[in-house]
Amino acid sequence: MAEWTGLTRAAARQLAERVLALSKAEGCQVNISANAAGNTRYARNEVTTGGDADNATVTVTSRFGKRAASVGTNVLDDAGLARAVQTSEQLAKLAPENPELMPLLPAQVYPEVPAFADATAGLDAAPRADAVRAVTTACDRAKVAAAGLVHRIAGATAVANSAGLFGYHASTTVVHTLTARTPDGKGSGWAGTAHNDWAKATAPALLADRALRKAHGTRDAAPLEPGKYTVVLEPTAAGSLLNLLAFAMNARAADEGRSFFSKRGGGNRIGEKVVDERITLSSDPSDPDLLTAPFSNEGLPVPRTAWIENGVLKNLAYDRFWADKQGKAPTPFAGGFRLDSAGAAASLGDLIKGVDRGLLVTRFWYIRAVDQRTLLFTGITRDGVFLIEKGEVSRAVNNFRFNESPVTMLNNLVAAGRPERVSSSESGDVGGPAVVVPPLVVNDFSFTSASEAV
Amino acid sequence: MDRRDFLQTGAALAVATKVPLRVPQADSSVRDLCMRALSTAKKAGASYADIRVGRTRLQSIGTREQQITNLSDGETFGFGIRVLAQGAWGFAASRDLTAAEIDRVAKLAVAQAMANRRALRRPVSLAPTPAVKDGRWRSPIETDPFDVSVEDKVALLLRANAEAQKGGARFVNSSLAFVRDQKTYASTDDVFTVQDVYRCFPQLTATAVDSTRGLFEARNSAEVAPMGLGWEWVLKSDLPGNAGRWAQEAVQKLTAKSVEPGRYDLVLEPHHLWLTIHESIAHPTELDRALGFEANYAGTSFLAPPEQILKKFRYGPEFMNIQGDRSQTGSLSACGWDDDGVAPETYLIIKNGIVVDYQTTRDQVALLTPLTGRKTSHGTSYAESWSDVQFQRMPNVSLLPGERDLKLDDLIAATDKGILISGRGSYSIDQQRYNFQFGGQVFYEIQGGKIIGMLKDVAYQSRTPDFWNAMDMIGGKSAYQMNGTFTDGKGQPGQVNAVSHGTPPARFKNINVINTGRDRG
Repeated sequence: MAEWTGLTRAAARQLAERVLALSKAEGCQVNISANAAGNTRYARNEVTTGGDADNATVTVTSRFGKRAASVGTNVLDDAGLARAVQTSEQLAKLAPENPELMPLLPAQVYPEVPAFADATAGLDAAPRADAVRAVTTACDRAKVAAAGLVHRIAGATAVANSAGLFGYHASTTVVHTLTARTPDGKGSGWAGTAHNDWAKATAPALLADRALRKAHGTRDAAPLEPGKYTVVLEPTAAGSLLNLLAFAMNARAADEGRSFFSKRGGGNRIGEKVVDERITLSSDPSDPDLLTAPFSNEGLPVPRTAWIENGVLKNLAYDRFWADKQGKAPTPFAGGFRLDSAGAAASLGDLIKGVDRGLLVTRFWYIRAVDQRTLLFTGITRDGVFLIEKGEVSRAVNNFRFNESPVTMLNNLVAAGRPERVSSSESGDVGGPAVVVPPLVVNDFSFTSASEAV
Repeated sequence: MDRRDFLQTGAALAVATKVPLRVPQADSSVRDLCMRALSTAKKAGASYADIRVGRTRLQSIGTREQQITNLSDGETFGFGIRVLAQGAWGFAASRDLTAAEIDRVAKLAVAQAMANRRALRRPVSLAPTPAVKDGRWRSPIETDPFDVSVEDKVALLLRANAEAQKGGARFVNSSLAFVRDQKTYASTDDVFTVQDVYRCFPQLTATAVDSTRGLFEARNSAEVAPMGLGWEWVLKSDLPGNAGRWAQEAVQKLTAKSVEPGRYDLVLEPHHLWLTIHESIAHPTELDRALGFEANYAGTSFLAPPEQILKKFRYGPEFMNIQGDRSQTGSLSACGWDDDGVAPETYLIIKNGIVVDYQTTRDQVALLTPLTGRKTSHGTSYAESWSDVQFQRMPNVSLLPGERDLKLDDLIAATDKGILISGRGSYSIDQQRYNFQFGGQVFYEIQGGKIIGMLKDVAYQSRTPDFWNAMDMIGGKSAYQMNGTFTDGKGQPGQVNAVSHGTPPARFKNINVINTGRDRG
């Protein structure tokens, strides 16, 4: 059974029981989050800063009837916990009734998710510096300047309540992302990896090789006009757009008429075909490539959920209140998701071979919502855009701003490849959802202006 | 429990927890522990060390329509020790402020610096800074927001929501957030400071829905800035007094004319323009970006290399002056000393349209000294929390008002074919800060010097130097306003910074406007 020595299952249970014993409320929920985080940053081919920090936070939610309030603290001695419990009780009594407050959940059964890897937990300052040196040495030799981050978090979360519920989940996460730039500022390349297990993450030397090749390859990028292009999206680029789709899948917003998934005249679009029929978008905490928490913040088990199946919208995320009101089963949003395309097994190279004229995109950045009605987003390409001609990468071109919707993109699907776990968060850091996604070939991707940024 | 009981209990709790929590302002033993950290680090091999002991309290209240959705309060307490050992930085942090843990963490920080040496090429050097024996600073609040009852806070929000509903909003969300950062800082350069920083942010969003046409539009309280002030700012913001108008504007947006794409003169209000300043001026003038330190996330800057930029690069017209400061009253970046122990300066980054300086910290100054002659930091070091290492973060970066005291109406009256943009909307800019796209909250068409109606689906795309050189009119002192953000992101691991930007309204000639309403189903 996977545990974190910094907060074992037994220690988490004991801490939760200490809090529950202090409670005088009609109901009490305790959320615990504890971790040891360690990072090393580098830039200009040398280490710059780093940090190791231990923290543990207890959040107490007290209830009196339909009144509730939460108080969090990381002062976990008796006085600190007592203060949190008492303050949450006082605030809860002063709060107006929340008609949407659902009863505390009774004890639940959760699957064991083996999300904790010793190799990640042991990634201390010295091995992190070694990883950095593997990159900076290669980049120095290749005459490019690397900037990057190695960041690991080892920790545990727990939830308990006065109705007898208890859940515990230990996990590790690590990212290593880097950007290599040529000294003249004309070339930039990126590579990155994210996983629960450092042993399964891409090796630093391989990442350095990918990034420095792209840095050299993007020098002297040729100017290219904006417009609609067939694009080959590397998995990281595809993942950053799919994040946006997943977060838009809120059932209540759809039912209330303020979402892309709202049906004209009322209700939502569950049951409608929304994207290409080859596409399936799902979540499963036990997926060996995802390994996310098996329970929600209030202790609801997170089941495997197909959000889109064969192009048809199957589920939206229902919280307990809205599910109850609509006569549905709650579908908590999971901490990760995967996109599969039926029968797709091609590599990125295979996909490029199938494109007569198009653009290969390394990644997107600074993506922001423009219009929630159409799920229109804008953002920028970054660290490698290449022209594909007759099935081969012919030359680097400038960056672009796009205005595009992930739904339109998945309706314009040409082909997909093998899915893989990616670092798809804009920050290149841990913290976003776990994402497994294939490289995609998409027609008519809308680039609205060129960017001279490198 | 009535309000009086609550306040009494709250006060009792505060007293009861002073000792175990070691509230920085109240406990002299914190100073002893700080000195112990510095001494332990030195003995372990550090040439320099600093420590921040921080306690942050955050209270947030959220509502929708006539009900509460969230009431939470919380605090985080701990310390972080930063050291320089053989030219390399090391940093470690813990929530357990005891002598034994201070020793462990100080040694851990030094060990980390020693490990980092193996991937270091140039040792870090720190610019000098004057000693501060016992510095004290507190935000200029009139009423501590944590002393105001939760009942009053909730009542204010629900009153505002009711006004929005009366104004035609189908849905309304509103919230209040209050932060108190208490920070004790000590360094081996003989600096000891204690600061007490407050921030507050009232917000409301009204949403109008036309179900039959499958349309919805939202309008938020963009004019209401987050500020480094107390409860008095919430009252002054007057959400209940404004909510009805915001809701009516959301309803109007449903039937507003969709913009014809093309070139327009843009008149930008301060509560819109602050974000354009933030993205296209404040970020590119960060020295760490220009030098490549943030290349992997936040990006680099087109203002590089500094030797080709300083005193040479024309950013905008002669009347364009951009100030960096951490002193404007009520601004989010205001403080007495930065997280390097430096008293921040008020200085010009762009003078008469020309770039003359960058934002700096102590470990960056030497890199610019040959170009600027400056040997001290501007004081822009900041860490989000005790558990994060400090680095260069933007101060308040503001566009100073013009010499003539022009008002918004003067700019509109002088515009023949234009669009007035109010409030921040969608925003995106590239990693070197050239190509950007901004939306807004509400848009009005200007023809012949007059507003003739509301527009929607407006966003403008431009290139930073082209945009700022297209600025041809600027408001005066009486039209100057501050706005800002709680959550400016930068760094890896990511940290947020609260910052304000002041600006008068300004006009920009012949800017490319796109229509974002395409492809609507």
